Amino acid sequence: MSKVKCECGHLNPYGTYLCESCGKPLKEDDNSLANMRYEGVARRSQTYKKSIVDKIWNFFSSVKVGVWIIVLTLIASSIGTIFPQEMFIPPGQPASVYYYEEYGTMGQLFYQLGFHNLYSSWWYMLLVAGLGVSLIIASIDRFVPLYRALKTQRVTRHPGFMKRQRLFKKADTVTEPSEEIKKASEVLKERKYNVREENGNILAEKGRFSRWGPYVNHVGLIIFLIGAMLRLFPEMYLEDHIWVREGQEVEVRGTGGEYSVRNDDFLVEFYDPEDERFREGLERSGGDVVKTYQTTATLFKQSSETIGAGEKEEVQQHRIRVNDPMSFEGFSLYQVDYKLNELAAFTFALEEIDGDSEGLEDVRFEVNLYDPEPSYEFDNGYRVEIYDYFPNFTFNDDGEPSTLNRIPDNPRFIFEVFAPGEDDGELSFVGIQLNEAIEEDNQYRLRMVDFETNHVSALAVRRDRTLPILILGGIIFMVGLVQGSYWHHRRMWIQERDGELWIAGHANKNWNALKKDFDYLAEQTNIPAPNDQTDEQDESERTDEGVREADDNGSTKQ
Amino acid sequence: MAQLSSNLLLIAFFLYFLSTLMFAVSVTGRRFKDKKGIERNRLGTYGYISSVAAFVLAMGYFITRWIAGGHAPVSNMFEYTTFLGIMMGLGFVIIYPIYKSRVLGLFTMPVVMLIIAYASVFPTEIQPLIPALQSNWLKIHVITTALGQGILAVGFAAGLVYLVRVTDFKTKSKKVTSLELVFFGLLCFVGHILLNMGFSAVNYEAEFQYINEFGQEAPITYQLPALIGPNEGTLLSEDRLSPLVNAPDFIVPDDLNAVIWAFISGAVLYWVLRLIFRKPIGGALQPLVKSVNPQSADELSYRAIAIGFPIFTLGGLIFAMIWAQIAWTRFWGWDPKEVWALITFLFYAAYLHLRLSRGWQGEKSAWLCVIGFAIIMFNLIFVNLVIAGLHSYAGM
Ligand code: HEM
Repeated sequence: MSKVKCECGHLNPYGTYLCESCGKPLKEDDNSLANMRYEGVARRSQTYKKSIVDKIWNFFSSVKVGVWIIVLTLIASSIGTIFPQEMFIPPGQPASVYYYEEYGTMGQLFYQLGFHNLYSSWWYMLLVAGLGVSLIIASIDRFVPLYRALKTQRVTRHPGFMKRQRLFKKADTVTEPSEEIKKASEVLKERKYNVREENGNILAEKGRFSRWGPYVNHVGLIIFLIGAMLRLFPEMYLEDHIWVREGQEVEVRGTGGEYSVRNDDFLVEFYDPEDERFREGLERSGGDVVKTYQTTATLFKQSSETIGAGEKEEVQQHRIRVNDPMSFEGFSLYQVDYKLNELAAFTFALEEIDGDSEGLEDVRFEVNLYDPEPSYEFDNGYRVEIYDYFPNFTFNDDGEPSTLNRIPDNPRFIFEVFAPGEDDGELSFVGIQLNEAIEEDNQYRLRMVDFETNHVSALAVRRDRTLPILILGGIIFMVGLVQGSYWHHRRMWIQERDGELWIAGHANKNWNALKKDFDYLAEQTNIPAPNDQTDEQDESERTDEGVREADDNGSTKQ
Repeated sequence: MAQLSSNLLLIAFFLYFLSTLMFAVSVTGRRFKDKKGIERNRLGTYGYISSVAAFVLAMGYFITRWIAGGHAPVSNMFEYTTFLGIMMGLGFVIIYPIYKSRVLGLFTMPVVMLIIAYASVFPTEIQPLIPALQSNWLKIHVITTALGQGILAVGFAAGLVYLVRVTDFKTKSKKVTSLELVFFGLLCFVGHILLNMGFSAVNYEAEFQYINEFGQEAPITYQLPALIGPNEGTLLSEDRLSPLVNAPDFIVPDDLNAVIWAFISGAVLYWVLRLIFRKPIGGALQPLVKSVNPQSADELSYRAIAIGFPIFTLGGLIFAMIWAQIAWTRFWGWDPKEVWALITFLFYAAYLHLRLSRGWQGEKSAWLCVIGFAIIMFNLIFVNLVIAGLHSYAGM
């Protein structure tokens, strides 16, 4: 489609409504105010409407569609908070029954519609993706032509452009227009306006960069969304956790054995109920309030070639607390859970069932519950072997002794005791408050005489490679937001036409500030402040109300 | 120190009241244009000075309480809500010099007072910080968020000014009804505050034994007569109203009960005011705002939103994410509180786009400001108290 040539000589893209250079209206219209949204430029979406690509482009570039997407996302998000998401329901509860039992029929419906996993549902993701696409297309559609127009704009504007500005005035009482314009130029420069002159006319401009604010913030938003999307790739995001007992060293999962961490000490600290500052507050909460959860941890590293064999190098020690993770090479270890006084070791003594146990005083041994020795031998010839060990004892489905896991919450042993010189041992079944002979005629008995406990700390392992992208996106977003919100683009056109002074002004927002600048100009020179043509329209619309006292508070009328 | 802190807050509250009065006299005084008229208008400036002084004293409360407790006082409902009120006052202090709108003062100051008074319904003792809250990022996050929300709330006040100014209260219409609903909502807060002050003055307490959300027996104490009892509750105190029905276990029952009382008292107050004025509340307020140019009220509310939105985004989303990453191991977890911060963000984003590109100015835009404020209050009250989550201060 052909370009449109304006009488000022500038070639405009097809579809242009106000000449990019001089601002002359290129399309016939009534004499209403010019639509200055995008300087009257040709936007692709307003110009091409034929092919399927055009149609998709036009759909997504529409702010109406954009706002619909935002509003739908908003509504969907709020629905997800009616009942808790599946990730927040108590562990071990199947969602299929939980929602019905807790919240009745509404809960059931919530579950059946899939709202219990709403934020990871395909349609929610589709909404967010739509938001992203819309952002990109709408921004390109507007940014490119707007940039061109603001770059090509000239100083002297067409009368049709001037007249159609919201702030406009024709002043025929100014005696020496060209002198006044020169003075104005100085005054405006002092006010940090960027002033351009052409044939004695001026264009004073300020804060143009704020026009890019929305596009900058949209770019930031897109980068952020891309970053968030990348988390779906397992390489980018690692989420795991480890339990570490005091004194124990454990491989940090996800590091391929390269790093391991030792729990030197775990501590839970409570607020002192006698503390004056918090006495009343603590009385109200009626119990102990935790002050600190802390794992003192040492991090070790070994080079990846020598895993398992090579020397370990101590990298760092850190007191990991809630709100103070240990970080290394993109990994972070967080304090997330703990268990106090987990059983760690039992000490057993051997006794004769019917006798005085003479000569058995030295037959005492400690069994490490995490990693028991298979056999314990004594100088006087006695020997105890572990026939079987169930750290967390239970009967399995077949009614046989078994263990739930390797955590010694309910440890039980089957010991085999060999007296000196005997080849046949006696089996007995031993646990907390339990000591059963497995054969009838046992002569010996193992008695638990002591135990040890340990604190155990749970550390979350995280590595999020998307963070730098998200941070970048966030920063760009904020910069754009501030740029577009706290600065405003203002322009003043002052020209001499046939001895008259024509004054027009435009602000992309915050007209109030532009008007104040015009007022200031009127004080310093003989150039009168322009009228707000929308005010005049308003006036005629509102005459029936008759309650207007325009000179009051914060009026935009000057 | 703690005592000094509460005294400072009390004086600040009184100054906000004084400021309201001065703006009121200043605005109504204009109707009598006599020779003294000009002098009277100076009251507007005094009103502003009073609001600045109130802000300074309120910060005095904030700092002394910080010293007394050893941590920034933004960690429970009382502290956060009070701070939100103070920040709304600050928003006004920032915006007034730009537009010099006394009517804005007349509408903002009472809302500030309302928020601060509402805060005092919650327990006011200084509480120690649990480990999850011991973070500088948390302070930064909460302080910035409150400032952002406070400024957005000024936008709400300006929107209200606009609506009262342009609505025709002489004939019945949906607009009038909706606006009256807004005033009814504000009156519910007033009722709630008055009821709580009244019942706590006579030490009203009703104790129950009930089954909590974990299926365990627990005690609970109501500060107001129980219309809604706790789940499978039995009343232990004598001479106390026995509940009409019991709440299911996933609801915090005494809060739901308080909400119902708030509605009842709000309705009573509303009805009384209607009887006094013999016209809609908005209609009764309209003479106060008749001198306002609607276009400037509209622009003012937009400015407040445009200033508040980036601050809210920074505090409520970005700093929130940084803190969440450090404290909860992930920057985002779809916790209800987080989701509602996102909803607030999306809502104001929609507002800006509608306004900028779809020409939603004036009345529609003012309504959006009202809804935005409702979302903020919903997030503060309902999400904190009823939908319990990680960030919840519930029970504090
Ligand atoms: C949640 C997502 C979004 C945020 C936070 C956002 C943010 C913003 C902000 C702050 C502005 C400046 C508004 C003002 O100055 O008053 C803006 C302008 C704009 N946004 Fe968005 N936006 C979002 C989504 C979208 C979408 C989906 C579209 C697609 C249609 C869109 C299209 C626009 C347009 C066309 C402008 C006007 C640009 C101009 O001044 O020329 N935005 N956006």
